[in-house]
Amino acid sequence: MSQKIPTRDGFGHELVELGKTNNKIVMVSADLEDATRAEYFKNAYPQRFFSVGIAEQDMVGTAAGLSLLGFTVFINSFAVFLTNRAYDMIRMDLCYNNCNVKIICSHGGLTVGEDGASAQCLEDFAIMRVLPNMKVVCPADELEARKATRAFAQTFGPMYMRTSRAALPVITKPEDVFEIGKANVLREGKDVSIIACGVMVSESLSAANILAKENIDARVINMHTIKPIDAEIIIKSAQETQAIVTAEEHQINGGLGSAVAEVIVKKCPAPMEMVAVNDSFGETGTPEQLLQKFHLKDVDIVDAVKKAIKRKNKI
Amino acid sequence: MPVENIDIDALKAKALIYRKEILEIVTSAGCGHPGGSLSAVEILLSLYEYKIRHNPQDPKWSDRDRVIISKGHITPAVYVTLANSGYFSKEELKNFRKLGSVLQGHVVTKVPGVEFNTGSLGHGLSVANGLALGAKMLKKDFNIYCLMGDGEIQEGSVWEAAMTAAHYKLDNVCAIVDYNKVQENGPVEEIKGLEPLADKWKSFGWEVREVIGHNFKQLFGALDDFGKIKDKPFVIIAHTIKGKGVSFMEGDRNWHGKAPNLEQLKEALKELEG
Repeated sequence: MSQKIPTRDGFGHELVELGKTNNKIVMVSADLEDATRAEYFKNAYPQRFFSVGIAEQDMVGTAAGLSLLGFTVFINSFAVFLTNRAYDMIRMDLCYNNCNVKIICSHGGLTVGEDGASAQCLEDFAIMRVLPNMKVVCPADELEARKATRAFAQTFGPMYMRTSRAALPVITKPEDVFEIGKANVLREGKDVSIIACGVMVSESLSAANILAKENIDARVINMHTIKPIDAEIIIKSAQETQAIVTAEEHQINGGLGSAVAEVIVKKCPAPMEMVAVNDSFGETGTPEQLLQKFHLKDVDIVDAVKKAIKRKNKI
Repeated sequence: MPVENIDIDALKAKALIYRKEILEIVTSAGCGHPGGSLSAVEILLSLYEYKIRHNPQDPKWSDRDRVIISKGHITPAVYVTLANSGYFSKEELKNFRKLGSVLQGHVVTKVPGVEFNTGSLGHGLSVANGLALGAKMLKKDFNIYCLMGDGEIQEGSVWEAAMTAAHYKLDNVCAIVDYNKVQENGPVEEIKGLEPLADKWKSFGWEVREVIGHNFKQLFGALDDFGKIKDKPFVIIAHTIKGKGVSFMEGDRNWHGKAPNLEQLKEALKELEG
């Protein structure tokens, strides 16, 4: 865990690589390509890059139009601006029309930091995953962001990826297989399953280490795809460990926890706790301060695990 | 086709048939949008019978001109136009707005000849721009037409797209505003006025033509000017009458999204047949 890199960098670099062999990849941008790292693509392939200025709605529609001619179109912005402001365009133009457009949004979650609540998107998983045809991914580290970017370019249809501004430890391995909709077990365990995405995956691994010292054996699952959710691994883990904890840098309503709960309730009832932002906006602070203040740290996951385990055999 | 070879009387006869069929299918469905359909009949006829390069037998022909119906609620006019152009059987029209039919309430690509699903206003022009940028990248010479409503252009997204088209000098985009002066809750100028509309487009960098949108010769003239103008997007402001052709519907906001009953249909058809 020595190296820390933002997942947005993984996206930026990988898209340049993909552009070398796939000349159907084009980009429409809305003046945040520097921050999202989409500018690496812009610099490498200026003839395949179009800025529409600060106009997210127009960016989505323009991308949809380009995709109708066989282009694989990547668009980018901060998660708040694109998923919230241009929602109608995402729903109508991309999802209803099933366009081959990839939405890559940086600045998801509290770890945006000092910019504060207006820039910290905590709703994107929820509002993206309810849209038919949409796929939703949040990679856990730079390496996984690269693999996810490659998978996006190779898979037809509208997709959403949240990347991070904050530098995250690289916790996955080059040989780990990334498949959209197929979670990865990072650590085996029999007492509880912690299901996490993005920033919270490394926090979950850290929590598992703390728990191990107390003789609690936690399984850690990297649920990089929130939609389609990997129901198979959720059911298996609920049956084998009999307790589930989800962890995400998102509102507690509607995101990863809700997606997991939908499977648990229908298929394999088990005690479940959710670590997430409790229905509030974020605020200014360093990423680390904010994770602490909003109870998204490894110790908070430890507490949630203990609560879930206490409820075992009571359902 | 050269404009002098066009049989205007034949087109006028078609316009009459289209209007009757629009009213018939809206009445049969018991709902729909007759007002903005009747205002757009000559515009659609000018595109499909005169201007655009297309082949109804091969709706996905890669070199076809693209028509984006941004005012996606005028399905009665669009479906009647496409059926009469040979994209699908006119028999299908009787299933308009019925469960299981491809003829959904707002335009959908399931219908042969429809390029893009719309229905939420203010989307089409951005999509047209994307097609136009792509056409230039692919060095294709097809054009993109985008039909918008007047109330629709109160949406801010339209003006985002208007700036983009001018910035990228998209001379393969022709926007058409069906300026029928009436929107769902009343006259456009009372609700949120568009005037001076031509000046707005001009100041956004567009080449503008204003025509009477029920006059074929004027529509053809404007459509022929598009294509001669380089490095600028082109907009036709078509002055029309909402509910055109049926006196009790003309200019009346109540016919924006309401079907006539059988008696009203009879009266309307009688008037149209003169």
